[in-house]
Amino acid sequence: MKRFGVGFAVVLSLSLILTSLTAPPGVAAAEKTVTIGFTASQTGKLNVEATRQINGLHLWMEQVNGAGGIKLPDGAVIKFADKFYDDESKKERVQELYTKLINADKADFLISPYSSGLTDAAAVIAQQYNRIMVTAGAASDSTYKKGYTLVYQSYTPASRYLTGAVDILVKLTPKSKKIAIIHENDKFATDVVKDLRKYAEQKGFKVVLFEGYDSATADFSPFINKIPADVDAIMGGGHFADTTTLARQIYEKKINTRIIALLVAPPEPKFAELGEACISVIGSSQWEPLARFTKESAQKEGIAWFGPTGEEFIKAYKARFTEDPSYHSAGGYVAGMILQDAIQKAGSADTAKVKAALDAMDSMTFYGRLKFATGPKDHGLQVGHEMVYIQWNKDQQGKPVKQVVWPAAGATAPPFVCPAR
Amino acid sequence: MLDQLISSLTDGLLLGFVYGVAAMGLTLIWGVMSVINLAHGPIIALGMFGAYLLFTHLGVNPYLAMAPVAGAGLIVGLVIYVIAVHRVINAPHLSSLLATFAVNMIIIGVGTAVFSTSPQNIDYSLGSVEVGFLTFPASRLVGAVGAILVTACLYLFLYFTRPGKAIRAVANNRMASELMGIPSSRVLALSFGLGAMMAAVAGGLIATFFPFTILSGGPYELKSFVICVLGGLGHPLGALVGGLLLGGLEGLIPTFMPVSWVPVVEFGLFVLVLLVRPSGLFGAK
Repeated sequence: MKRFGVGFAVVLSLSLILTSLTAPPGVAAAEKTVTIGFTASQTGKLNVEATRQINGLHLWMEQVNGAGGIKLPDGAVIKFADKFYDDESKKERVQELYTKLINADKADFLISPYSSGLTDAAAVIAQQYNRIMVTAGAASDSTYKKGYTLVYQSYTPASRYLTGAVDILVKLTPKSKKIAIIHENDKFATDVVKDLRKYAEQKGFKVVLFEGYDSATADFSPFINKIPADVDAIMGGGHFADTTTLARQIYEKKINTRIIALLVAPPEPKFAELGEACISVIGSSQWEPLARFTKESAQKEGIAWFGPTGEEFIKAYKARFTEDPSYHSAGGYVAGMILQDAIQKAGSADTAKVKAALDAMDSMTFYGRLKFATGPKDHGLQVGHEMVYIQWNKDQQGKPVKQVVWPAAGATAPPFVCPAR
Repeated sequence: MLDQLISSLTDGLLLGFVYGVAAMGLTLIWGVMSVINLAHGPIIALGMFGAYLLFTHLGVNPYLAMAPVAGAGLIVGLVIYVIAVHRVINAPHLSSLLATFAVNMIIIGVGTAVFSTSPQNIDYSLGSVEVGFLTFPASRLVGAVGAILVTACLYLFLYFTRPGKAIRAVANNRMASELMGIPSSRVLALSFGLGAMMAAVAGGLIATFFPFTILSGGPYELKSFVICVLGGLGHPLGALVGGLLLGGLEGLIPTFMPVSWVPVVEFGLFVLVLLVRPSGLFGAK
């Protein structure tokens, strides 16, 4: 009996050891690393905007991982890793690199490159290889009207990018009649001005100049010389580098007009380096640090709040990158948040489940509302988010300072007409 | 309409002076040693960064910065000649073409690593000049005056100094000048240095008008080719006149048709001149 007892104890001990060896993995094994792949325009003409976008995305990733990752209902923990390459701001590099990110680097989710043109090239690869792509910095509507089902837009679409500037013009000078549109000949800017023109003509304006320029243009005199003397507004631009030069040369040529509303560049803090030439220029922005989207405003609208407050984001971004965040930075951060929210709601990192969560998403964040179209014609198009308009003015020391001037509900200062030059 | 035409022509001509200086560097090198310098664009971009760095870090007035930029351009040109061009100077044209292309890629690669490709801007405004209905940035007027001065200096150097005469002699007949005791290798190096110097100064002047990146020299290199063909390869004064012609066209064409037609007309003219008068408007027949 005694021998039986010893034998039983030995068998029990062995089975316990074996069990412990073959048991399902413990805490360490329940942690899954999800790879997020993207390309970054670290060189080339989109470098300024793309760097800020990537900064925002990296900040989000560091914060989520630093807080212990996403804890799923089944006890699993998801952490994120990134894999990215420089696309040199070139479309031809994008498709090659996204294919590599999916096949060689096994990226689970994708974030778009910066700009509509590059994203349009990347989106087709995401769809082809069945990967969800959250786009940032890709406002052009047409990408989301190609029947893709896995591409989700975080920006307000291009068709609604500058239409508010027409409303500002109507409010400031109701008798205005003539608008000149000078725009970059790329996908994004062309999409924006096409809808801007349509909107302006609906409102009774005459578009007296409608001309596109090459992305590498440095001398805008040929376009500026074509602007009629009695024009009421100059609108257009494209991306940071060209739009900044355009604004500077409009100033140097002493063009008098009531408002100047340009794309992308004005909301960037670097735009203030233009000095006097930036004063009175209006720009539409996806997000501004002054914008006040809060838990209370979300509650009032009956929408679920998600993520940090605007103050928390700004503080963390400044501490990490020692610069003010622009809307490109916020866009990068929010692209990550969208994935985080969807994975949390899906309770899984499985593509089909996360897609279902994205389709159902209607969240309020510091960046504004996020909701996607789910119809077959425009799946993934952002339908919740709205633009804000800023205008540069001078502070008491005479330094350039930007204010939110539109929509009136969120304005920190009223819009004003360009002073005579 | 007439106002617009005159405004556009003025803008174009003022720019054309600076185009002329850039093209002069290219045409000088070709004229003396029959080398097409494909590193011309990046040297223009280095000139832009030279003026920018002196202005932003040392507070040097961007126009005064042209002197050190010219000196640095000369040295860069000498170094490029010694390292990449000298050994292939007598080889078929393709060798020197590839050698200068390699230098082009090296400068762009290093420049991208050091400066990135974020646009830079010399934040120094001279205001605007108003003459009747004409308004143009004063920086363009100063740029044009600078370009005329540089051209005059080059002319005086080539025609009234000993090294200048040696350059002309080598350009005319290298073997004969060697027999006369002119050290042709040194003269060739000096010519390449001068060509690079002109490119760097043109870059410095352009940087006072427009924002730029390390890649910004490319379009001016292309324009320089067109100008050289218009004015006649190897003919510095032809380069200035060619620059004005191109600048004027760039100003006038957009008045009548969309701007996208400018390169079509420019390069159409390029082909036409090559067909009808291959030696250029000022070249020897």
